[in-house]
Amino acid sequence: MIVAAPDFAAWRAAARALLVAAVPPADVLFDDGTAPGLFAAGELPPAPTAAAPEVPRAFVALAEAVACHREAQRWDRLYRVLWRLTRGEPHLLALATDDEVSWLLRAEKSVRRDVHKMHAFVRFRAVGGHFVAWHRPDHRIVRRAAPFFRRRFPEMRWSILTPDESVTWDGVGLHFGPGVPAGAAPPPDVLEDMWKTYYRATFNPARIKLTAMKKELPVRHWATLPEAAIIPDLLSEAGDRVAAMVAHAEGAGSAAAFMPAARDLDSLRAAARSCTACGRCGPGAPPAFGVGPGGARVVLVGDHPRASGAADDLLAGALAEAGFDPAAVYRTHAVKRAPRPSPAAPREPHRGAGACRPWLTAELAALAPAVVVCLGPHAARAVLGPLFRFAERRGEPVAAGPVARAIATHHPSAVLRDPAGTGSEMGAELVRHLALARRLAARGPE
Amino acid sequence: MDIRRKLEVLADAAKYDASCASSGSSTTRRDRRLGSTEGMGICHSYTPDGRCVSLLKLLLTNYCVYDCKFCVNRVSSDTPRARFTVAEVIRLTLDFYRRNYIEGLFLSSGIVGSVDGTMEQLIAVARGLREDHGFGGYIHLKLIPGASPELVAEAGRWADRLSANIELPTEQDLRQLAPEKTHAEVTGTMAVVADGIAERAADARAGLTAPAFAPAGQSTQMVVGATPTTDGVILATADALYRVQKLRRVYYSAYSPTPHADARLPALRPPLLREHRLYQADWLLRFYGFEVREVVAPGANLALDVDPKLAWALANRDRFPVDVNAAPRELLLRVPGVGVRNVDRILAIRRHHALTAADLRKLRVNWKTAAPFVLTGDHNPAVRRLDTVGLKRSVQPTLFDDLGGDA
Repeated sequence: MIVAAPDFAAWRAAARALLVAAVPPADVLFDDGTAPGLFAAGELPPAPTAAAPEVPRAFVALAEAVACHREAQRWDRLYRVLWRLTRGEPHLLALATDDEVSWLLRAEKSVRRDVHKMHAFVRFRAVGGHFVAWHRPDHRIVRRAAPFFRRRFPEMRWSILTPDESVTWDGVGLHFGPGVPAGAAPPPDVLEDMWKTYYRATFNPARIKLTAMKKELPVRHWATLPEAAIIPDLLSEAGDRVAAMVAHAEGAGSAAAFMPAARDLDSLRAAARSCTACGRCGPGAPPAFGVGPGGARVVLVGDHPRASGAADDLLAGALAEAGFDPAAVYRTHAVKRAPRPSPAAPREPHRGAGACRPWLTAELAALAPAVVVCLGPHAARAVLGPLFRFAERRGEPVAAGPVARAIATHHPSAVLRDPAGTGSEMGAELVRHLALARRLAARGPE
Repeated sequence: MDIRRKLEVLADAAKYDASCASSGSSTTRRDRRLGSTEGMGICHSYTPDGRCVSLLKLLLTNYCVYDCKFCVNRVSSDTPRARFTVAEVIRLTLDFYRRNYIEGLFLSSGIVGSVDGTMEQLIAVARGLREDHGFGGYIHLKLIPGASPELVAEAGRWADRLSANIELPTEQDLRQLAPEKTHAEVTGTMAVVADGIAERAADARAGLTAPAFAPAGQSTQMVVGATPTTDGVILATADALYRVQKLRRVYYSAYSPTPHADARLPALRPPLLREHRLYQADWLLRFYGFEVREVVAPGANLALDVDPKLAWALANRDRFPVDVNAAPRELLLRVPGVGVRNVDRILAIRRHHALTAADLRKLRVNWKTAAPFVLTGDHNPAVRRLDTVGLKRSVQPTLFDDLGGDA
């Protein structure tokens, strides 16, 4: 007998009647109406008077999913399993290795995956205040997938169009309508270029795994995904981008590699002459190591050496005003070489601090001064760590290792740049901080 | 700088963070007007590196005062810099979300100003999304290690997931490559999150309606291959984090050459296969009942030619063959080529009839691998190979064939 079953409800009613009438699967053919049938559907047995047999709840859930599968024979397959479930094999669904059950499980998985992909790959495009998407699922899953979008986008008005069926949310309810062809897809959204920008930036060209990608993002969906349009470009650029990344390695790393075994000042100074850690020093351009007496109780740390003498003069004046004997002070820099002039990177002294840091650390360890004066924020961060807040904590004696204390103060260049000139509050502060450093040094270790 | 250029710079800077999961959050938030989280995360796209695009993964800024050698955003790097405003990130997240491009936002940041100041900015984005826009989508906030406990607690109120990166497997590695960070500081921050989650659970058990606190738990990330530290040490670190801090996930990120890389690091192709083996081993710890010392010795690395479960079976042949019709679950889980799902199916089926080799094939057990290690209801001649010298070669998958072919 041929039974019309255009949807799950119709199949369910028919299957119940057939089961009660004890019609075996071999005597039934279900017709879902998708293929032109050779024979017209026949009459069902009369409405059941006896109660339908108990069916496990798991089967109903499984059947609802399998009902969305595109294969025309799904109804016959479901009926065969249903027949066996109610004829002495109640545990049948646990037997994943049974051929009939195995097909149902695979069909259910295929539908579940398709629903998941619809949740994932629908791409709304704003059309006025409405959001519209065109999507091509494998199975007839619109009704199964739609509630997810209702939960997710309650404040939006949206429509999802597919070849089989369409669905619209108006803020109140879901409305289902006929399918539409791909030509009815909405026009591109202005945001798609932004999305492609993100997609390009988030891709790491050093890790191409195209097979893995295609497994999860099947090529048949690419047509409706805006970002898929740039995949060929991404792939063709990848080799060059990786080569450029590797070629772009910066610096030779750290001065740690050039550190001598003996850590006294003379050994350090000699070893520093061969340092090529950051690639800026070299033969004929040795690093500017510190100058001053090895027994100095006060060390001044600047950011990097400079050509200009004006700052030196200002500092000399400030030191004298603070009561220092200039010959008793050791002076050095966080970065041992002046930066290349670069208008694009005015903060460049900060770079290279990483490479030079081992020299500064070793120098301070060898000197073991009572007080370290850091001139300017860059020097302060090199000595006191990157989170030191210069603006708030300058002039305050802070611990700098087991023996020394440190004070951060203005860089003489900053005082020079101050429009108020050398008589400014900045200049006065510099002198006050230096004087405090001298007093701390005189007091000796606490 | 226009917003598209910022997006380019700050998405590029964030892409080395391996975490992309949007799963595991409990329920959709009350009072939301847009967005949902329904337990299972969704990958909305995949990039040609095979990775899922689920969240809008951004840095708020890639300016940073730290100098971690493996990080493209370290202070000494010459990389282009940018900085989003809080409002810009909120706008982008909502715009992308409404088009169903993403599940939500993953937000991290370089450290500028102070640790707490940076953390406050991250929180401002999450709070703005939740409170001003009724956003119910997924939010993953990266914690700045050392941020004050009050800020971590507030982050937990708005975010689905929190994470603080452990960065490198050992303290020694950190000293070498991330001198400004310490494990103690990172685990201290993790402990604040673990306490918050535990407290929320205790309140819920007591019947109180406590506000949400990081319902999707916390995770972390470790860079692999930037130092000579062994897989044994890496997995021991991960295992301790799972046990002590109750992390949901540890992500392993093969050190990959970055633009402007510090030259102290290997300029090589990233050790992707090693990363893959670490994930497999991690899986064994979490779902298969293995202990770290069974999977790899502390001073050793995982084998690259066989997966860790097969390697264990080859080294412990006296435990095999396992009878699929009689063995307990724990033993079935140790059979190479048989996954958790199939173990459960085998247990269900064998209550009704004995499984044969053909049944296992139907379950899509990896039969080439599993055959010598199991007894089935019928005659399985492959078991004879168990004690032969050539066993490894006969069960070994072709190198890379579980990696998708391109690696």
